[in-house]
Amino acid sequence: MASDVGLSDAGMEQQLKRKHRPFERFIVGTLFVAGAISIAVTLGIVWELGSESLLFFTDPVVTIGEFFTTTTWQPQAGVFGIWPLILGTLYITVIALVVAVPIGLASAIYLSEYASARVRNFFKPVLEILVGIPTVVFGFFALTFMTPLLRSIFGGSVVGFFNVLSAGIVVGLLIVPLISSLAEDAMAAVPNSLRQASYGLGASRLETSLRVVVPAALSGIAAGIVVAMSRAIGETMVVTLAAGASPRNFGFGEDALFGTILNPFQGAQTMTGYIAITANGDLSYNTVDYNSIFAIGLTLFVMTLGLNSMSRRIVRRFRQEYE
Amino acid sequence: MSTAAPPELEPARHFPSDYFPSDYFPSEDEYRGLLNKRTRRARGIHMLLLLLLTTAVLGLAILLYTIVDDSFGLVAVVNQNEPEDVLAGYGYDPDVTVLSDLNTEQLVEVLEGTVSSGVGRRLEREKRFFEDRLVFESQETWGEICASSDAPPGCGGGVRGKGDVLALVEERVIAPDIVAAEGMVASIINPNGFKDSVEADFAANPASYGDYTYDQVRYTWRAWFSWKFVTTPASDKPELAGVRTAVLGSIWLVVITVLFAVPVGVGAAIYLEEFAKPTRINDLIQTNINNLAGVPSIVYGMLGLAILVRLLEPITSGSLFGAGAPNGRTILSAGLTLGLLTLPVVIISSQEAIRAVPNSLRNAGLGLGATKWQTVRSQVLPVAVPGILTGTILAVARAIGETAPLILVGAASFITVSPNGPFSQFTALPIQIFQWTSFPQEEWRHLAAAASLVLLVLLLTLNAVAVILRNRYSRRLT
Repeated sequence: MASDVGLSDAGMEQQLKRKHRPFERFIVGTLFVAGAISIAVTLGIVWELGSESLLFFTDPVVTIGEFFTTTTWQPQAGVFGIWPLILGTLYITVIALVVAVPIGLASAIYLSEYASARVRNFFKPVLEILVGIPTVVFGFFALTFMTPLLRSIFGGSVVGFFNVLSAGIVVGLLIVPLISSLAEDAMAAVPNSLRQASYGLGASRLETSLRVVVPAALSGIAAGIVVAMSRAIGETMVVTLAAGASPRNFGFGEDALFGTILNPFQGAQTMTGYIAITANGDLSYNTVDYNSIFAIGLTLFVMTLGLNSMSRRIVRRFRQEYE
Repeated sequence: MSTAAPPELEPARHFPSDYFPSDYFPSEDEYRGLLNKRTRRARGIHMLLLLLLTTAVLGLAILLYTIVDDSFGLVAVVNQNEPEDVLAGYGYDPDVTVLSDLNTEQLVEVLEGTVSSGVGRRLEREKRFFEDRLVFESQETWGEICASSDAPPGCGGGVRGKGDVLALVEERVIAPDIVAAEGMVASIINPNGFKDSVEADFAANPASYGDYTYDQVRYTWRAWFSWKFVTTPASDKPELAGVRTAVLGSIWLVVITVLFAVPVGVGAAIYLEEFAKPTRINDLIQTNINNLAGVPSIVYGMLGLAILVRLLEPITSGSLFGAGAPNGRTILSAGLTLGLLTLPVVIISSQEAIRAVPNSLRNAGLGLGATKWQTVRSQVLPVAVPGILTGTILAVARAIGETAPLILVGAASFITVSPNGPFSQFTALPIQIFQWTSFPQEEWRHLAAAASLVLLVLLLTLNAVAVILRNRYSRRLT
């Protein structure tokens, strides 16, 4: 048989062997390197945050224990307790979520379950434009519109020029499209048979949306909210511009909770705000200030990484497989 | 055997009265009431959903309104020299002549009569006024400085046009100083309200206006957002400031970002989608990319600061190549930082585009004997290009608006020299907006609004280009 095509058995065997293609291997190698660069980026981030933080914690001015237990942040006085910055970050994040979760979820439910094609074609691009607006413009908006508005509502003597409420509301507006698009994706993934079964049992559109579709998509919605939370924590420009540059140092006295800790009308520096303000001047290397931004950056990195992997775990763990 | 008794039948039961007590079901009236309640509730919540969705739209509308409103409007100006006085001082009749009627020769004469010789020499070194003679410099010094190693741009030839000189006269001789500004809508609806409030403020706090008296105030309409604003370099005076340096800086950054992120990102996407076998290292790469997409932009800025600006200073400052930036805070560092930031987004969107290519194309290519790479290059990629392009442009649009990483890698806040290469110091549009927004005086706020408008127009153009490219390519391919 082999002689029919003019090849000996040995020649045939040779022919069927995988051909050595150096060019192909070179291409695949190059592409692999491109993929591996992302690993290098992560290693770079971890190495740089870790090593500079190590310098910070080995500095005689501060110990790692003080850093995580002190409730005063006064770099000028050499007091580095991260809690005031975490307080500012979390406070603004909570306000943002209070604003964004209802609006984002309502938008998602409406667009996915109620809206006609025409209504969708109007609202979807609007939400997409909102995603595309740079955060610094949102910061400008907070300072020139939201803060004056709050001051005219609650009174200029009550509301400070820098306040967490204004920053929180605007960060909320910023993350609305994130929540709505992730929640809408999750709801679009719910199979139609569930909706039809619900309608068949006599449920209305509202009952179907809220009691069937939303529970079925809950894992995706929850994951979306967690991602939005991580985004709000890492948001920099709005909080730098609108929430001011004074850390909200606090104690645990009589009316500390509502007097200082939870006052929405006064400013509070956040972790990202401190990093941006400190780096904005001419920062000289190897000073405590320089190293401190990396210690805060590390904390921020760990928090957002934790939230992002939590969102993925929520999806994996609670996803219901239909069909 | 006795016959079995027939089974006893249960008495017949009728549905529903024998199964349910008589008051189990609602009466007709109760039923109507319940149904109405259910309908009302559904309608109410429907309205609530629509209301909340409208809130988001309203937020966007107010944001855009705020920016446009602040980009135009009335300003109260105090001129150092009134144009009429200047004209009269040089023997023109201010009733028939305005500044723009003068020719270049006459305008230079006016300029020469007012500015100090130091300022004049600086202007002349930037660009000469006349081809055949020097106005502020003497012939000998001009020859000397042009022969020196760092000759100013004026030595390169070219003369200022009339528009340029007129702008200089307005800037240096008239020298307007804006003391108050108003938004667009208020200026149109109630211009007198603004004038009254300026007058009242002059009466109330004369100290904050220095030597000015209210009689000197002139009101003019000002478009903060204008072509002139885009083409003028930065200045420490709000009435003269523009965004040319910042726009050029942003363009340089985008070029470097694209040059880095697109080849690497698309390459990584091709590898992960087409070549990677599900080994541990490839899984790791994929998970890692998803994680990187969620890292806050400011952390990338810190990466840029510690590694690109500091560690790789010899490369990023260009001293290795003989270019002389004083430190690593250059366009190259910032562009690469933005490139790293954009990379995961480019990878993920390119992966989606490649994944959307039907498998039949790959199988056909491989079946015809093409190698894997040949199939990818000539079958898969051409089909995936529109998707890759759209994703990339959107990612780049995000990079243009990023501010926090640029603050970290040391964008200069005040810089008037246009960037001329990857190793120059730089500023960028978002940085300029940030800086101007954080100044307390009102004039800067209007500049920040106008700069925001420039940025938004830039982004809108990019998005439009993305849409057009996508439509064009997809038509050609299907």
